[in-house]
Amino acid sequence: MSLQPNDRVERVPESGIRKFFELAEERDDVISLGVGEPDFSAPWAARTAAIHSLEKGRTSYTSNRGMAELRRLIGDHVSQWGLEYDPESDILVTTGASEAVDLALRTFVEAGDRVAVHEPTYISYVPGIKIAGGDPLSVPTHADNDFVLTPESLAAAGAADADVLVLCYPNNPTGAVMSRDEVAAVAEFCVDNDVSVIADEIYAALTYDGEHTSIATMPGMRERTIVINGFSKAYAMTGLRLGYALGPTDAIDAMNRVHQYTMLSAPTTAQYAAIEALRSCEETVTEMATEYNRRRRFVLSRFEEMGLDCFTARGAFYAFPECGGDDEAFAEALLEAEGVAVVPGRVFGPGGEGHLRVSYATSMRELKIAMNRIERFLETREPSGNFAETR
Amino acid sequence: MSTKRELLSLLSTDARESREDIARQLGVDIDTVDELLKELEADTVKGYQAVIDWDNVDEQRVAAFVELNVELDRETGYEEIADRIARFPAVQSLRLVSGDYDFAIEVTGDSMQDVSRFISEQVAPIPEVTQTVTHFIMETYKQGGIDFGDRDSDDRLSVSP
Repeated sequence: MSLQPNDRVERVPESGIRKFFELAEERDDVISLGVGEPDFSAPWAARTAAIHSLEKGRTSYTSNRGMAELRRLIGDHVSQWGLEYDPESDILVTTGASEAVDLALRTFVEAGDRVAVHEPTYISYVPGIKIAGGDPLSVPTHADNDFVLTPESLAAAGAADADVLVLCYPNNPTGAVMSRDEVAAVAEFCVDNDVSVIADEIYAALTYDGEHTSIATMPGMRERTIVINGFSKAYAMTGLRLGYALGPTDAIDAMNRVHQYTMLSAPTTAQYAAIEALRSCEETVTEMATEYNRRRRFVLSRFEEMGLDCFTARGAFYAFPECGGDDEAFAEALLEAEGVAVVPGRVFGPGGEGHLRVSYATSMRELKIAMNRIERFLETREPSGNFAETR
Repeated sequence: MSTKRELLSLLSTDARESREDIARQLGVDIDTVDELLKELEADTVKGYQAVIDWDNVDEQRVAAFVELNVELDRETGYEEIADRIARFPAVQSLRLVSGDYDFAIEVTGDSMQDVSRFISEQVAPIPEVTQTVTHFIMETYKQGGIDFGDRDSDDRLSVSP
């Protein structure tokens, strides 16, 4: 066959989330707690700015790095986390944070490099590492340590020999966050072992009960870290595809070299929406975060009442309870019996088994119904928690 | 945000939340919710009402906004005038506003004639009232923060990473 995918692509399996998507799509009575994006729409002011830009005919490319005004506003915005980057040279606007992750991997990973990833984590990193020619090195995190990454677990997994670490906190799928001290300990490990970091901080604005800490603010880390963020989660703009990367001037120059030949520039309409989002939508973001936090407390307290072990997730919009058995069988049986879709934890890598990713990015009304259904499901299942017969 | 403030914000979105669900969402126990509700109902929370789209109710109902200009004198202030107007059950809301007129009131009745008669026979004759301008409400699109139109439908993929 002439169109034979290359070895790097051959190494990438199809996403395990696909199967659940298809199962859920078969029914029309499903309440989905399986969605990895906000249930809100983008703030109205951002949407009208996008519409206005189209009316004025602003449909051409922008500069490779993104519109100067947008980069200036991003520079101001990230200073809330103590991040200082020059909009002229240290910020690159990308087509979603996903492009930034891909760019960073393709720019900084040499063929055969070892790239450490804490797992369970977002499903795109390992395939991205493989496509970039690197060798993924899984570093497990555990529920009994609130899914936090530690220098001990890094060392035990052999990450002292890694070239790059992909860090994602607040985390998808666990909802875990890392405290300042915990981030500092990982930073020290990276400095000591000369490991670079790609820090995906897309959920930074959705940190509850505390402040987000960026690893790039730790001593010795700025020069070895690419910080990635975007508008999808905090501003509910997933479909507009807009993210950004922050890093030392040379590193951003290098990423821009790949970006300018592959993407040219991020979507122009989305950039206009993002400018308005940063100018005037901070209050909307706070309101959305307040709402997520209420739902988070609600879901965690309902899980506790029904006896489902769940560590206290403090970020993003996910809870990651233990299901007391085979997560895939549990998720399938729950969907079958009660019409509630969740994602089995194993989809997010080793360490996810036995857990469920429960997204609370859905209305309070639906969450209440879904929690009642899960409770009923738990009451009627076998005490052994065995679902083998339903598979 | 303090728990008390957050309770207010929750109630202003949905006042029919059960005490149990309020406790779960605020991360406090039910006793705390009861205590806060008691405090709030003593001074801050004046009542609980449904937001109704009267167009879907099979009966005649007319509402109007009325601008009211008044003239104060030594014995009569805004408070006294407001007190006289607020006592009519037809008056749904009454506010002192800045701008070209003094009071903005919302009045309801069974018909346009009913509302007009109320204004001309009950409100206009009040000695301090110098002028009224009545705007009948023709259509309500949003009230109390609730959009009466079709909500944004959820077109997200049912399962996504």
